[in-house]
Amino acid sequence: MNDIQIKKSSQTYDAIIVGSGAGGGMAGYVLAHAGLKVLMLEAGPFFDPAKDSMQLKWPYESPRRGAGTNRAFGDFDGAYGGWQLEGEPYTTKDKTEFHWFRARMLGGRTNHWGRISLRMGPDDFKGHHIDGLTDDWPITYDDVKPFYDKVDRMIGVYGTVENLPNEPDGIFLPPPKPRLNELYIKKGAAKAGVKVITGRGSVLTEALPGNKDRGACFYCGQCGRSCKIYGDFSSSSCLVIPAMKTGNLKVIPNAMVREVLTDASGQATGVSYISKDDMQEYQVKAGLVILGASAGESARLLLNSKSAAHPNGLANSSGVVGKYLHDSTGSSAGGFLPQLMDRKRYNEDGVGSVHIYGPWVYDNKKLDFPRGYHIEFGGGMGMPGYGFGWDMQKMNGAVPDRDGKMKEAGGFGASLKDDYRRFYGTSFGMAGRGMAIAREDNYCEIDPNVVDKYGIPVLRFNYKWSDYEVKQAKHMQDTFQHIMHEMGAIYGPAHGPETNYGLEAPGRIIHEVGTVRMGDDPKKSALNKYCQAHDCKNLFVVDAAPFVQQGDKNATWTILALSMRTAEYILSQRKKTNV
Amino acid sequence: MNRRDSLKAIGLGTLSATMLLDACKPGSKKQAEDTNDEKITPDEAGRLPEEIERDKKLNAEKFFTDHELATITILGDIIIPKDAKSGSASDAKVPEFIEFIVKDIPDHQTPMRGGLRWLDVQCLNRYDKTFVDASSPQQLEMVNDIAYPNKVKPGMQQGVSFFNLMRNLTATGFFTTKMGIEDIGYAGNSPGKWTGVPPDVLKHYGMEDVV
Repeated sequence: MNDIQIKKSSQTYDAIIVGSGAGGGMAGYVLAHAGLKVLMLEAGPFFDPAKDSMQLKWPYESPRRGAGTNRAFGDFDGAYGGWQLEGEPYTTKDKTEFHWFRARMLGGRTNHWGRISLRMGPDDFKGHHIDGLTDDWPITYDDVKPFYDKVDRMIGVYGTVENLPNEPDGIFLPPPKPRLNELYIKKGAAKAGVKVITGRGSVLTEALPGNKDRGACFYCGQCGRSCKIYGDFSSSSCLVIPAMKTGNLKVIPNAMVREVLTDASGQATGVSYISKDDMQEYQVKAGLVILGASAGESARLLLNSKSAAHPNGLANSSGVVGKYLHDSTGSSAGGFLPQLMDRKRYNEDGVGSVHIYGPWVYDNKKLDFPRGYHIEFGGGMGMPGYGFGWDMQKMNGAVPDRDGKMKEAGGFGASLKDDYRRFYGTSFGMAGRGMAIAREDNYCEIDPNVVDKYGIPVLRFNYKWSDYEVKQAKHMQDTFQHIMHEMGAIYGPAHGPETNYGLEAPGRIIHEVGTVRMGDDPKKSALNKYCQAHDCKNLFVVDAAPFVQQGDKNATWTILALSMRTAEYILSQRKKTNV
Repeated sequence: MNRRDSLKAIGLGTLSATMLLDACKPGSKKQAEDTNDEKITPDEAGRLPEEIERDKKLNAEKFFTDHELATITILGDIIIPKDAKSGSASDAKVPEFIEFIVKDIPDHQTPMRGGLRWLDVQCLNRYDKTFVDASSPQQLEMVNDIAYPNKVKPGMQQGVSFFNLMRNLTATGFFTTKMGIEDIGYAGNSPGKWTGVPPDVLKHYGMEDVV
């Protein structure tokens, strides 16, 4: 008897959703609440933050004190996965560089993300008029605004109304107040002419009106571990688990989707997947297939779904699938505030998202690079973990000792032990997150030679930064130096040209988008403005793949709004029996 | 759900806020059973089977020789000695942490093993004894030569690099224990409500107007 068989399910669902992150979770939530029978396939294990979160654990509860050996962001982080997964490789082309972060689990990367929840602005959707560099989205901010509003009300976001032109305000919960180090940052930034405003994060600083399942934040500052009382946004806690409670959504975890199945006419009929639990092959059927597997995985699935009707891969008659991949730029700096030596101790954990940030409000006509970046700030008396106290020899020679005299850097013994106490809580950091121009020649494709351990052909990336991004990073570094100087901080020199001004390699910021872009012209885009495939009317993509051009804003809030918009479009079309 | 219900949901709701703070503080009775004195057996909820398996495997391996560990123990206590506020590095089981972390992060293995041997050879040449067997003043003399990166003598640079790593691992190992967290005064990881910088602190730093 053959050990491996393809098991075909006889049931036909209304919709199959591949992936359970922000996009898949929102689509599942809306469709299940509307009464559709939905099957959600997730490549990783089931994850419920209420049971599985590492929240409130102490560093000594990890033998590595929370170091990032097992999980990229440490033992307590809420993401199973990282830039490398055992048995699931990816490759790069022509010695270019791309780092692909994958979290295999219910809720995906939303379990550990920074909860920074920014709307894209009018110029982010329609940026072509600014400098001619990017293609416009087929939709405007006003098209998406009602959905951003609904997401704000449904999920919750704190912030302040600022009336900035390209940083749209939302419907905000009260924000957390800044920590002491952040007050120094605000003051220094103001002197440096850098705008800093209250942060915007999806954390329930107050009980969410009308929601009995989620708790109000109790300020442990550990959103990155995911929240046991659902006080922040994770797709697992806020979308998928509530959708399951309707009885209309079924999740199959550990189901790695191989391809989207189509019939002779080219319509999607379902998907095939391999179960990581029993290593058997399965096929499941549905009237609609919705991909929310991540920008990289959704492109991979489409390119791997070849048929007579779709010889170039599904939804890819235009050839754009995989192209226009772009991640945010990132460059950072940090230092310490000698004014805060020997500071009073108190609990300043705050929330696990940003308390303050610097939006982009500057005129590019006076600058040598297009578009902008925002700055995320932090610092203070955080929980010690692996790396705590590192490189004291670079700090303790820079300031006078208790007796007012300078001391020799480094050292040991009682005096060194005292230094750790004196310096505790003085450090801060700042990180720029900027808009990279979407380009056709930055792409992912199927590597013709390599498969993963499930036999699925893997992605091969080709990605290079241009001068635009490098110059943007230089501007970040110059700005950071200026702010730190005005703060009265002690800090190192700016990153220089030898490191591209500290510009992180593509993929390191984990905001990759754009691989299955939307547009009005089927020759230049894979999806229409409702994220419906031009070539296959019952196929939708609801993750960050449809983005035409990312702003400097973190992608999640826009993924949620667009997925909700797509799900409502599906419901309206069903009423008209079009899909 | 309001904040009180939130706390109830994680099993903390029946306690008053003050009791909560106390219960979550290191060194309190509630968590006394998890002290550094005992073998750490992490709670396995939410951990992947391969993560649990890997920790078991690492715990079963031994990297440092007894001689190397004895050297690490003396060095650790020279770096972080007992004082009026807290115990020494070895009181906080820092050598055990270093043994684990070099297995977990193999990049530390060669700098540590090689650095320890470098130190012993230095001591053998100077004192005809290994570091462990050298007298206490000799040990301190040796450490003095590698503890100050900016005034390093020729030929001692490798020792400085080793001692920097040893200092880093000792500090991290110490201040991430219950003893070290209590010493450093980290006051968080306790459910509560953040209402901003306390007024006396704002006043102290002249930050009342920066909000």
